[in-house]
Amino acid sequence: MDKHTGMTPIVKMITKVLCGLMLVFGAFIVAYGHITPGGGFPGGVMIALVYILITLAYGRVIVERKVSGITASVVDDIGALIFWSVGMIGLFVGGSYLFNFLGKGNPFHILSAGTIIINNIAITLKVGMCLYAIFLALSILQRVVIDEPKEGEE
Amino acid sequence: METIIILHIILVFMIIGSLITVEIRNMLSAVISVGAVGFALSLAFLFLDAPDIAITQVIVEILSLVILIRATIKVDNVAIEKREHILSDRTALIFVGMILVFAWFAFQSLPTFGEPSMRVSEYYLMNGLREVGATNFVTSVILDYRAYDTLGEAMVLFTSISGAFVILRRWKKEQDKDFLRIDREH
Repeated sequence: MDKHTGMTPIVKMITKVLCGLMLVFGAFIVAYGHITPGGGFPGGVMIALVYILITLAYGRVIVERKVSGITASVVDDIGALIFWSVGMIGLFVGGSYLFNFLGKGNPFHILSAGTIIINNIAITLKVGMCLYAIFLALSILQRVVIDEPKEGEE
Repeated sequence: METIIILHIILVFMIIGSLITVEIRNMLSAVISVGAVGFALSLAFLFLDAPDIAITQVIVEILSLVILIRATIKVDNVAIEKREHILSDRTALIFVGMILVFAWFAFQSLPTFGEPSMRVSEYYLMNGLREVGATNFVTSVILDYRAYDTLGEAMVLFTSISGAFVILRRWKKEQDKDFLRIDREH
């Protein structure tokens, strides 16, 4: 059954090659978000696009075996909780919500600018898994909508 | 000066793409021309020296194109050809005219192109590196100076995913048996 779902072998092969590169580039954009252009939102959407590409090429069954919709929403919640707890720690340490309580470090280094990198990673988890979960939910809906007229014809 | 010319070319291209999107009959072609408009917009951001927004625009454009093409590629949507209500055209014309009149007065007070209107951005440029330590000032604004706004943005996403899941899940449960039976037939 798995062989017949999804697209042609050409698309599957290209997906296999591209997925790792896209994930690495998304992680790069997130990790260097405070040094070069980029940040949590574009990186998160890029990581969501990797999963969406696998969904389109291999079918929904295979990608849900890797990351199911429930896992996606749990990771989404973890991202929100990380952001919230950074804010609360800032409130208790520095006196204001979302205070930058870590050291500034040297500019142009990856471990600089305090809590920005933590917040970037939190937003990545949040945005990436959120958009992927929305795509999964929409693909369920679209399946029903497209199959329904066929039933009427038969 | 050259940036202005390039921007005008991109803007004309975007207007033509939008007109094609509205007027074309085929749904898939309309979606593709929406994508062309979006990529031209990201090019405009790139020429305006805003690479952060350009990256975000390209990536979100790709995502929305994938979803839109996936939604329209198998469904034949027939465009409505009959236009019975002439009154709606007149109402639209009146409102567009009003918007243009008020926009004319509003645009008089805008600063000239390339001149910063808000002095607060100068503060970020002067003190951002010293106070935050991030060399990308956009990130230092959205995640340090204005992190509370970003939290609200994340909450918007959270609400949207919750709403989508609630609506789609209930819809699926009602049709669950039909859904499974159709799967088995194929």
